[in-house]
Parts: sequence; structure tokens; C-alpha cells
Amino acid sequence: MNSLLEVSGVSVTFDGFRAINNLSFSIGEGELRAVIGPNGAGKTTFMDIVTGKTRPDSGTVTFGERSVSLLKLSEAQIARIGVGRKFQRPTVFEDQSVEDNLLLALKAARSPWSVLFYTRKPEHMARVAALADEVGLADVLARKSGELSHGQKQWLEIGMLLAQEPRLLLVDEPAAGMTVGERAQTTALLVTLAQTRAVVVVEHDMEFVRRLNCKVTVLHEGAVMAEGTLDHVTKNRDVIDVYLGR
Amino acid sequence: MTSGFLAKNPSVLIFLAALALFTLATTLLSEAYGAGFLSTSFIKTLGKTLCLCLIAVAMDLVWGYAGILSLGHFAFFGLGGYMIGMWLMYARTEGIVLASLSGGQLPATPQEISDGITTQIFGVVGGSELPLIWSFAGSLPIQLALAVLVPGLLALIFGWLAFRSRVTGVYLSILTQAFTLALSLHLFQNDSGLRGNNGLSGLQNIPGLDAVPQATSSIWLLWASALALGLAYTAAAFVVSGKFGSVIKGIRDDEQRVRSLGYSVENYKLFIFTLTAMIAAIAGVLYYPQAGIINPAEIAPIASIYLAVWVAIGGRGRLYGAVIGAAFVSLLSSWFTGGRAPDINLGVYTIKWVDWWLILLGLFFVLVTLYAPRGIAGALDRFTHLMPPRRRGAPLGPCDGALQEQEADK
Repeated sequence: MNSLLEVSGVSVTFDGFRAINNLSFSIGEGELRAVIGPNGAGKTTFMDIVTGKTRPDSGTVTFGERSVSLLKLSEAQIARIGVGRKFQRPTVFEDQSVEDNLLLALKAARSPWSVLFYTRKPEHMARVAALADEVGLADVLARKSGELSHGQKQWLEIGMLLAQEPRLLLVDEPAAGMTVGERAQTTALLVTLAQTRAVVVVEHDMEFVRRLNCKVTVLHEGAVMAEGTLDHVTKNRDVIDVYLGR
Repeated sequence: MTSGFLAKNPSVLIFLAALALFTLATTLLSEAYGAGFLSTSFIKTLGKTLCLCLIAVAMDLVWGYAGILSLGHFAFFGLGGYMIGMWLMYARTEGIVLASLSGGQLPATPQEISDGITTQIFGVVGGSELPLIWSFAGSLPIQLALAVLVPGLLALIFGWLAFRSRVTGVYLSILTQAFTLALSLHLFQNDSGLRGNNGLSGLQNIPGLDAVPQATSSIWLLWASALALGLAYTAAAFVVSGKFGSVIKGIRDDEQRVRSLGYSVENYKLFIFTLTAMIAAIAGVLYYPQAGIINPAEIAPIASIYLAVWVAIGGRGRLYGAVIGAAFVSLLSSWFTGGRAPDINLGVYTIKWVDWWLILLGLFFVLVTLYAPRGIAGALDRFTHLMPPRRRGAPLGPCDGALQEQEADK
């Protein structure tokens, strides 16, 4: 299988603390993957490396069929070539309308000059309307996103990620703060998303991961401890000791 | 810019109408074109106030919309003033020197003219050579271009260094203050080539307009200032109303999120910082011919802090708020410090407003920040039904410049 993202031999040290220790990870086109691990296992740092926020001390990170090295690109460039990230806290621009939020995320030219003279094209507005419909926010398009409920903000953020059309989507703890009903909806959505792009979900919640029904990577002390189906990794002795045993 | 732009931004039309009305009324009440009800010095004060409103619009763009609390925009304002001041002073001195040399037997050589000008301008600081930076002082078009390009280039270099290193929040504010202080200290030196602490003077006499009385030329400058303010306001409204405004407001509230959407935050900040520096410079170009004198004290760090105070009192994140704040506070300030406000005799102590005005302003600033974060413009919103839902005053995003919920429009 051709891999979309290839992380190999990556290490990061913060003030003498090895947050990531010779980590290797790869994910294929259109794959859904869950990354689990105890606090401090390096899940967030791993995401920071892929998105360019943190630069590793050693190792390589390549993306796409032409194996572009992500280490040479800025965060904005990485986002533009197709790596999307959903933060743990729903982060939408609360002072702006739902429509403006979606328009901001919509795949289009990103340079200051072209944005300054941007005019709302009918096909863009149609896409925004379609996206709003998809995430159930069609009738609140004109409202400020700060007025939405927590769950609606989550949906708006997902809508923005869809608008961005990433090839790889990194999702940080999507189930946090969601009701049971919303979780089921989110699971379904993530599975749907993974049909058209690769999705990496970082999650604490085992039940949630089980519902995703995908390959699981267990991180521990900055390295991969086990990888496979959820049943496979939960039978692993080391995993039981460090993660499940507690 | 189409009719759609104006339809979506009714405040622009209202503002332009108010500005036109103000200009017309001032003209009709002036000594030169009307009833003579307003003195020439008051006309100049009004014209200068328009320039201050112009730089306040720039400040609101960079701070209120993009969240960059620059405490250095008066440096660009002053630089613009110096650039135009060089031409005003050079061209006028040239006229005087030519007149005094014309009595001689032989026509004056270019060298004699140049020496005469240099002695006139730089005698006071003991200079006998024309500094290199005065090379183009004889040409109005070049000096006008430099007045915008030099501050723009400085802002570009400063911004590039600062934003690339991800300097944000209060650290950036301190850096801009340091920049302003450094520039002002440099200009205080006699060998800076700009006459040290004497500054440039006699700027109210426009070369070539000797026959025009001050009463008339002050009205012309007021018109120019009003025109510049109207154009800049419209341009600023265009910048913030579209997708670009969306991006910079996003940067103000949550810079990291904008970056993860694929926008190069640094380029946007650099763009808006440089643009506003150029607007500030234009304001300076129009201000100093009305003020008549510019010296390095005008670039003192405190001036840029006042600018932030005006915008905060007026209401940041609203262009008309910035204009109202600058006009209101600077006019009030010139009333209090001009000795026109009556002293209050408390028996044991007499409150002299010249001394107490700054304390009053400080108090006003604290009260506005605590109890009316939306500023004076917030009171206007009451009439336009833009009232926000009553909520706690939590920031709308994690960045330092993020708007508070109370500040946001509905």
C-alpha cells in the first residue's frame, strides 16, 4: 500500500525530556487510524511535528506520492498541501458569522493580495451552503458562531475542515465534551470522512475507538508500543501494563 | 468596489456624508470663504484633528482588527512630517536666498545658492554642508513619494524581523516602543541631518503660495485632510469588510487556527502593518504644514500611546469608533491644555486643568476599559440596534489581541 504520510526515526527533546523517541509511523491514502496512549505519551507532540508546529531534532517526515518533506515547509504551507487539523477545543472564529467561518476555510487562493480582492463567487457560496447543510447549520448561516452551542461549534469546525479539503486529517480528541448521541454521530462522520481521505484520530476514550473499528497505534514514552486491531493491541502484555492496567 | 460594497457598509456613506457636511460647514464659517466665525488657528486645529482621525483609522486597522498593538505608529506619522517638512523648508529658503542674491552684480551661481540655503537651514546646528538625506529636498514629487515610501520600508523591515520571529502581544508593543524611542533619540542629535531638537520650522508657509493668506491656505489644507480621511476610511472599510477582514480578525482572535487553515499569518501581519504605517505617514504629511513645526519630541513614545488611548476610548474594531475617539479626545485635550478650561477653586487647592488634564484622561481611559469596553462607539450601537448579547467578558480567542465578548457586535 502506498503511504500518504511517512514518519520515520523522528526524535524531539524538550529541555532534556525526550517527548518523541525514534518514532516511526505511516498511514495510507484513505485510511482511518486511531492513536491512543497515556498522558505524556507524545500524542500531541506527534501532531505538532506533522503540522510543522514543532521541528524534530532528527528523522524524516514525508507526505504525498512525491514524498515532499514536511520539515522544510511552514505551518501554513503544510496546511495548504493538504494536512488539516482539528484541535481539541472547538476553535471557530466566534466574532464572525458561520458563513464567514466556512468561507475562510474554503479551499481557495490564500495569498494576501488575492484575498484582498476576493469576491464571493456563486460556486463558492453554493459549496458553503452545501457544507452548512451537511453539518446541520444551514439555518444559522448568518449568526455569529460565538452564539452557537458547544456541539454546534464542533460541527462548524468539522464543516470548516471539510471546506479545506485536506488529504490527511488529524483529529484531536473529537469525543471530548460530546453527548452520547453526538458521539455516535461523530463516529459515523469520521468513518465517512475516511472514505475520501486519510484520518488520524487521537483519543483517550476506548469505547469511542472501538466504534471506529480501525487499526490502532499505541504510543508510549514517545515511541510506538503496539499496532494492530483494537483486540490485538489490548491483548498485548506491555499495553495492558502501561495503559489499560491502571 | 461596487455598489454592493456600499450597500453592505452603510456606515461608509453616513461617514462620508458627515465628513462632507463638516467640511462645508467649516468652510462657510471660515474667515477666508464665509462668515469669519471661526478663527484661522481654530481652522488649523480642526484640520490637524482630521489628520489625527486619519492615523486613528490606521491604528484601528492594525490594532482593532488585526490585534497588533503597535505603540509606534506616531514614528511613521513623524517621518512623513519630516519628509514633507524638508521640502517645505528647502523650497522656501531657496526663495529667500534667491531674493537676497538677486541684488548682486553677477547672477548667483548654483554653488552660491546651495551654500546660502545650507547656511540658512543648518547654521543653527553649526552645519555647513547639506546632508545627504536632503539630496531631493528641492523636488516636491520625490519628497512626497519618500514621505510614504520611507516609513513603508521601515515598517516592512521592522515587521518582517518581528513577525518572522513570532513576536506577539505585549512583547511586540514593547519592541515598537523601543523602535519609536530609538528614532526619536536619533533625531535629537544635531548630526542626524534634521536639525536636532530644533526640528523643522516655518512649515505653515507653503512655497509658491506667498500671495495666499494663511486664512485661505488653512482651509485648503483642511480640504486636503478631509479628502484623505474620506479616501482612507473608504479603503479601510473595503479592507475589513471582505475576506481579508475575516482573515485579520481571525488572526486577532486565534492566530494558530488561521495558520492551520493555510494562511501565512506573518505575511498578513506584515501587509497590514506596512499599509497602516503608510496611512500614518500620509496623515503626518498633511498634519505638519498645519502645525507649522516638527521636532523629535513629536515622535516621543508617549504620542503613540495616546493614539492607542484614543482608539480604545472611541471603540476598537469599529472604524467610526477610532475617528470619534481621536476627534473627541484630541479636541478635548487641546481645550484643557490650551488654558481655555476654567480653573476650579476648591479653597485650599485650585485645580489647574493644564496640570490635571492627563490625570483626567487616565481616569477616563481606565473607566472606559472597565465599564464600556466598546468605547464611545458602543453608545452609538445602542441606536443602531447592534447591541451584543449580555455575556461574560471572556476573550473570543486565545491570542493577546483577541476581542472580548463585550466588545463584539452582534
